Amino acid sequence: MLSRTAENLYWLARYVERAEYLARTIDATLRVTALPAAYIGKTNEWDSALLTAGVAASFYQTYEEANEHNVVEYLSFSPNNPSSIRNCIEAARLNSRSVRTALTSEMWDTINSAWIELQAVWSKGTSTREDLAKFLRFVQETSLRFDGSAYRTMLRNDAYWFSRMGVHLERADNTARILDVKYHVLLPEEEHVGGPLDFYQWSSILRSVSALTAYHWVYRETLKPWLIADLLILNDTLPRSLASCYGNLVRNLDQIGVAYGRQGPAQRHARGIRNRLEHSNMNDIFQHGVHEFIQEFIADNSRLGEIITKQYLI
Amino acid sequence: MAVAFDEMNIPGGDLRPAYQELARWLKETPPEALEYRRQEAELLFRRIGITFAVYGEAESTERLIPFDVIPRIMSGKEWALLEKGLKQRVRALNMFLRDIYHGREILRAEVVPDDLIFQNPVFRPEMNGQQVPHDVYVHIAGIDIVRVDAEDFIVLEDNARTPSGVSYMLENREIMMRLFPDLFARHKVAPVERYPDELLAALRSVAPQSASGEPTVALLTPGVYNSAYYEHSFLADKLGIELVEGRDLIVKNNEVFMRTTEGVKRVDVIYRRVDDDFLDPLTFRPDSVLGVPGLMSAYAAGNITLANAVGTGIADDKAIYSYMPDIVKFYLGEEPILKNVPTWRCREPKDLAYVLDNLGELVVKEVHGSGGYGMLIGPAATKATIEAFREKLKREPEGFIAQPTLALSTCPTCTASGLAPRHVDLRPFVLTGSKSTTIVPGGLTRVALKEGSLVVNSSQGGGTKDTWILDE
Repeated sequence: MLSRTAENLYWLARYVERAEYLARTIDATLRVTALPAAYIGKTNEWDSALLTAGVAASFYQTYEEANEHNVVEYLSFSPNNPSSIRNCIEAARLNSRSVRTALTSEMWDTINSAWIELQAVWSKGTSTREDLAKFLRFVQETSLRFDGSAYRTMLRNDAYWFSRMGVHLERADNTARILDVKYHVLLPEEEHVGGPLDFYQWSSILRSVSALTAYHWVYRETLKPWLIADLLILNDTLPRSLASCYGNLVRNLDQIGVAYGRQGPAQRHARGIRNRLEHSNMNDIFQHGVHEFIQEFIADNSRLGEIITKQYLI
Repeated sequence: MAVAFDEMNIPGGDLRPAYQELARWLKETPPEALEYRRQEAELLFRRIGITFAVYGEAESTERLIPFDVIPRIMSGKEWALLEKGLKQRVRALNMFLRDIYHGREILRAEVVPDDLIFQNPVFRPEMNGQQVPHDVYVHIAGIDIVRVDAEDFIVLEDNARTPSGVSYMLENREIMMRLFPDLFARHKVAPVERYPDELLAALRSVAPQSASGEPTVALLTPGVYNSAYYEHSFLADKLGIELVEGRDLIVKNNEVFMRTTEGVKRVDVIYRRVDDDFLDPLTFRPDSVLGVPGLMSAYAAGNITLANAVGTGIADDKAIYSYMPDIVKFYLGEEPILKNVPTWRCREPKDLAYVLDNLGELVVKEVHGSGGYGMLIGPAATKATIEAFREKLKREPEGFIAQPTLALSTCPTCTASGLAPRHVDLRPFVLTGSKSTTIVPGGLTRVALKEGSLVVNSSQGGGTKDTWILDE
């Protein structure tokens, strides 16, 4: 297939995934900030939301204060934020238009309808909490529909694999970022385990990767920071864990390698990261430093993006 | 101006046979039902994303071309005549191009004046003496036809460069079949859906000699911001070929390749929807980012087929148009089946004088214009517009031709005040491969939605209709 087509499919999937993640982040932040101050401590949750979205620096060029109004506006609708939800959907539609021939009609319909709704219903942003909740649900449902239609209607060939790689690479990045910003509340040294403050912080992390219920199913335990870290990093049954993302990335890259009859640096690099995750346990990671581990992962993950681009997309 | 030919009603109250069943159906169908389906059609167009961009507006402006749900119907007999005339015309266009870029017999015979060719910016000296595969220049032609009475079809314009609109022919039918299955059950409408197959067959048939047994065809688009982008992606999809942009192609050793995830792959035939000027920055406009550097040298080396060929503009130029009847006679020795609109060439002093005296009744067109821009419609224009145009015309008479305002035929059309006659034209698409010329029965009917308006261009408020050829 055309390199440009593969590139568009890959980025299309990334934009949709990113939009959903931003919606979840806003949703989780709204919940935690609705609690009385005693439960959440002095941290500015809206600031963390900006950090996990990776747009804090550009935000402060336009705004002075990270409060609900400003951050929701910036993450959701701002034309100045290249990765606002609106811009993600716009970019996804533009990408879809350039690769219409590689999309199934169901996928096109999902993106095009979302874009039409964005203009028809959400062009002025949201004015009430209720509206905002509706908007966030709309974004998450778009992503679910997109994923679902890709899964149910695409041929299992390179177009599908490139699209899936976009999803998993973006997802890994998002999960890693939330860990990067919140790692301090997961550190076992802070011995006030089980305090109300931590409980809400932890559940907020899980909620933003839609893993709160999953946690209880997997561990049948009250929330414990190292188990949360274990779930998000090493547990490959959780679709948003780093381990699961890399299991999928390695599989997709292998499928492409087989179809093209050739392996390359992307396959090797992905396998390297996966092996490291497979052979790690939480003890070692805490010993080594969660923060360092995550930072290394984020760098490795973005390196994989570059290698894939060089090997296939240009 | 003469009274327009009504395609449905015969003066005196009878119906033309092709429309009898439709009239019965319309009588049985309440107006609300029609309105409901009209809205449904619009929704479908928007969802599928059948839009076009309007130049001069913000980049993101995407508009729908209004779709009228009342079909335009022609009998099989009428079509047979039209088909014969179209094939004749396109054969002549191809022979003319071959001659202009080789022996130039038609110039030596003084049928067409030299300066109209050599001083014409759409003439491409690069094509002199160049062999194009199978001598086909115009693989895809869109011939704009108007009807003025029961017998006469008149060619308004030949489009031999990158004619667009065929996706509307196909999508209009698709949507009509979805919305009005009952109406189709009562007619025998000739299908149009084999167009993509015929197009692909035609494109493959003209692959260069150096191509492999299974030639690779690609569609070259200027990209998502082009007004006809939807059509490009639609056709690539239906043909099952790659939709490429200039940056996807590279030329190495005079061969054209596309960049794929598995390395580069040779391309043999390019159905290009990029204008000559932008095709190759090394040969034409150096600032073009839509083209492929080196494409023209691969073309000269005979390793790639461009459809349509480079330089076909010289055949559909409005200045050449008035010579078409002579061109048909010159190459084929036949009387032209399709007539031309009588045309005054403003470059000729006698004609210019006549045009200046009768501006109020004439349509004056720029020789190099298209899309309905830059033309004067005398009867509809204000005094001031006419006077301004007169000055333009005096300054540069060779840039204009003039024609009488034609009474374009009318078809029943949905309007705010119920069904009413509106003026229509027709663009059938003529395909030429190495062996044969084919036409899918039908075409794109454009309709001027404003009462009395004669301008059918989508950029000027025109709409489209499904075109039915009855298979009797």
